[in-house]
Amino acid sequence: MTTITVGTGTCGISAGADAVLDALRSGLEEGGLQDVALEETGCMGMCYREVLVEVKDDAGAFLYGEVTPARVTRILEDHVKGGKPIDEWLALDDEGHGSETSFLEKQKRIVLRNCGVIDPTSIDEYLELDGYKAIEKALKEMSRDELIATILDSGLRGRGGGGFPTGMKWKFAKASPGKKKYVICNADEGDPGAFMDRSVLEGDPHSVLEGMMLCGYAIGADYGYIYCRAEYPRAIDRLKKAIADATERGLLGDNILGTDFCFNLRIKEGAGAFVCGEETALIASIEGQRGTPRIRPPYPAVKGLWGKPTNINNVETLGNLAWIVLNGPEAFASMGTEKSKGTKVFATAGKIKRSGLVEVPMGISINEVVFDVCDGIKDDRTFKAVQMGGPSGGCIPASMGDIKIDYDQINQTGAIMGSGGMIVMDDTTCMVEMARFFLEFTQNESCGRCTSCRIGTRRMLETLERIVEGKGREGDIEDLVELGDHIKATAQCGLGQTAPNPVLTTIKYFREEYEAHIKNGKCPAHSCSLLVDYIVNPDNCTGCGLCARDCPVGAISGEKKQAHLIDIDKCIKCGKCITVCNFDAIYKD
Amino acid sequence: MSLPEENKQKVPRLNVELWRYADEPGQLIPLLQAAQESYGYISETAIKYISGVTGTPESEIYGVVTFYKQFRLKPLGHFLIRLCDGTACHVNDAKTLKEIIEDELGLEDDDTTDDGLFTLEEVACLGCCSLAPVIMINDKTYGRLTPQSLRKILRKYKKEGKAVLAQREGGN
Repeated sequence: MTTITVGTGTCGISAGADAVLDALRSGLEEGGLQDVALEETGCMGMCYREVLVEVKDDAGAFLYGEVTPARVTRILEDHVKGGKPIDEWLALDDEGHGSETSFLEKQKRIVLRNCGVIDPTSIDEYLELDGYKAIEKALKEMSRDELIATILDSGLRGRGGGGFPTGMKWKFAKASPGKKKYVICNADEGDPGAFMDRSVLEGDPHSVLEGMMLCGYAIGADYGYIYCRAEYPRAIDRLKKAIADATERGLLGDNILGTDFCFNLRIKEGAGAFVCGEETALIASIEGQRGTPRIRPPYPAVKGLWGKPTNINNVETLGNLAWIVLNGPEAFASMGTEKSKGTKVFATAGKIKRSGLVEVPMGISINEVVFDVCDGIKDDRTFKAVQMGGPSGGCIPASMGDIKIDYDQINQTGAIMGSGGMIVMDDTTCMVEMARFFLEFTQNESCGRCTSCRIGTRRMLETLERIVEGKGREGDIEDLVELGDHIKATAQCGLGQTAPNPVLTTIKYFREEYEAHIKNGKCPAHSCSLLVDYIVNPDNCTGCGLCARDCPVGAISGEKKQAHLIDIDKCIKCGKCITVCNFDAIYKD
Repeated sequence: MSLPEENKQKVPRLNVELWRYADEPGQLIPLLQAAQESYGYISETAIKYISGVTGTPESEIYGVVTFYKQFRLKPLGHFLIRLCDGTACHVNDAKTLKEIIEDELGLEDDDTTDDGLFTLEEVACLGCCSLAPVIMINDKTYGRLTPQSLRKILRKYKKEGKAVLAQREGGN
C-alpha cells in the first residue's frame, strides 16, 4: 500500500501545495493508481524546501522537496509506478539519505512530535499515537495535586517568552478560591517573524486541546478559551474541527471518560493587536474591550477573565504537557540545562539557508542551531547577529554564538528567549535600522495607556529615524540609553518594559555602527539608502536606458548601448534605478 | 447612509449573530468581525446598529474599532495587497517592495487607489517567513520576490483591473 502525503501548512500552501495536490489527484486517476492513498499533513519544519511530498511504500518513506506540478508526473512514473526513488530530489528518507539529514540530527521533537506526521484533521490519527491518553491517565490515576507536582518536577517553563514555571502558575490558580475558573490558550502569536504556534495549531491541534484539558483538571476549571489571531484562518479551521471531533467522541463536554470532569472550549478570534499577547490585555480583549493591560497584582490566577481565577498558557507550553504526563517528569527534566528543561521550538528566518521550524533541546548553542541545524548563512556570507525574542528581545552578536539556549544565559545578553523567533542577520543588515524597525513596531503597538511607553518609545524612534537618515547628533546614543533605561524601569506592562531591548542590545554590541552613522554619515552595512551612493557597474550595464528614463531627477546619463553613469550630486537616493534595472547593474556603496 | 446594493443580501449574517449574542457579554468584537466580513469594513450604519441592539455606547464601539488593526472604517479596494513587513521580510528588503507598489499604483497619502481597485495594507507577519519577502494579493501569496518580479506581477493585476473597471462601466 502506497501513501502520498503533502505538507499543507500555511507555508506549504503559500509555496503552491494546492496545485501540487491537484496534480497528484489527477495524475493518480489518469495513471490508474486508485489504490494509492493521498493525504495531507501539517508543517514538517522544512519550510525552505516547500512544497514537500512524501511517498511511503514497502521500501520505506521518501520525502521530496520543492515539488511542483511539473515534477509530479515523474514522481508518479518513476517512484510510485516504477518503484525507483528519485535521488536528486530527495530531501530525506527513513534510512538517513538525502540532502536534509543534518537538519534533523540535533533536533529533538516533543512539541512537534506529530507535526508533519499525522493528518491534523483526523482525530483517529492523533488517538493512534497515544492521543488523549495523558488526560485519561491524569483523570483516572492522578490527583490534581499529583498532576501539578508532575509539571513542577518536569521543570517546564512558560514558552511564550516570560519563562515562568508552568507548575507554579497552576498551583496559584488552583489555590485561588472560587468555583468558576478559566483556562486560556494564548495563541495570539504577534511577534513578526515567528510562526511556531501557528504550525502547532495547524499540524497538531488535538495536542493543544489535550494540554488545556490537563490544565483545566489541575486547576479546577471547566471552561477554556483559545485566543487565536484572526490572521491564522487555517489554524482556526483546524481548531474548530478538532473541537467538534473531540466533542463528538465525548472527549470534551460533560463527564469526560466516565469521570466527573467537565470541560468545554471556545475559540475567540483576536482582532490584531500585539499587546494582546500580554495576559491582562488578552483578558480585556476576550471581554470585548480595548486590549489595554492593567496593573498586576491582582494576577489573573486570582482575578482574571470575568473576575474569576484564570490560568493562561501559551500554545507551545500546552503542547508539551501530554508528553510530560505520559513519559514522566524525569524524562523531560533529563533534557536541557540546570534551570531550563526540555526543548524549545524556534522559527528560523532571515539570512539563513534553512528557514523553517526547528525543535532543539535546551542547552544547545546558538552556533549549533545556525550552522549545524540550519546549514549556515545564505550565499555563504558572514554571520553577523541573531535576533531573539522579536520586538521584546535583542540582537546577540555572532561573537557570542557559543552561548547556550537557556532562559538565564540568553537574558544575560540583554535579549530574551521570547516565544521562539530567531532571525539571522548577515553583514548586509544594518543594526541601527534593525533597532529602528523593532521600535517602530512597538511604537505602533503601544496601547497608549502609560506615558513612558507612549511618549518614550516615540522619542526613541524619532532619534533612531534621524540617525538612519544621517542626521544623527553627538549625544544621541547616550540619550537613547538613558531613555531606554527609564522606559524599562517605569512602563506598566511587559510590552513597554521590553520595548527598548532591541535598541539597547544593538548599542551594547554594535556601538561602532551607530557611531559610523552619526559621526561619518556612513552605513557600514551599505543598507541605509540615504547614506550610500548609487553606482553603475559598467560590466553589467547594457545601456538599455531604463534607469535613465525612470530617474525622477535626471541624474543618470549615457549613450544607448553604452554603460551609463549616475551623477552623485544630482542623485536624491530614492533607489528607483535599482528596482527597474533588469541586469543587476546598479549597486549601493 | 445606505448599504451598497451588492452587499444587501449579506445583511442576515450580521443579523443572526447580533440577535443570537446580544445578551452575552464580551461579544462586541465577534459582532464587529461579522459586520466587517459582511461589508468589507465597519460602516457608520453598522456601529449605530450594533450599538442599538447591544446597548453599548457608539463611542465605546468606535474606541474598540480603532484599537484593533483588523477593523477598517473605509471600504477595501477590489484587490487587497498585503505587504508583509515582518522581521524576515524586513531583513530581505520589504521596504523596497513598498516603494515599488506605491510607485506602480500611484499611491501617495491614501492606502487605496482613486479608482478603488487596489488597497495596500502593511501587515506585521503573514507567517511564511521562509518565502521572504512576501506579499499577498487577495488570497494568493507571492514569495521570494525581487523588484523585477514584483513589477511584473503588479502590471498583470493592473491589466486585470482595467477589465474590472470596464465591466463596472458596462454594468451601469
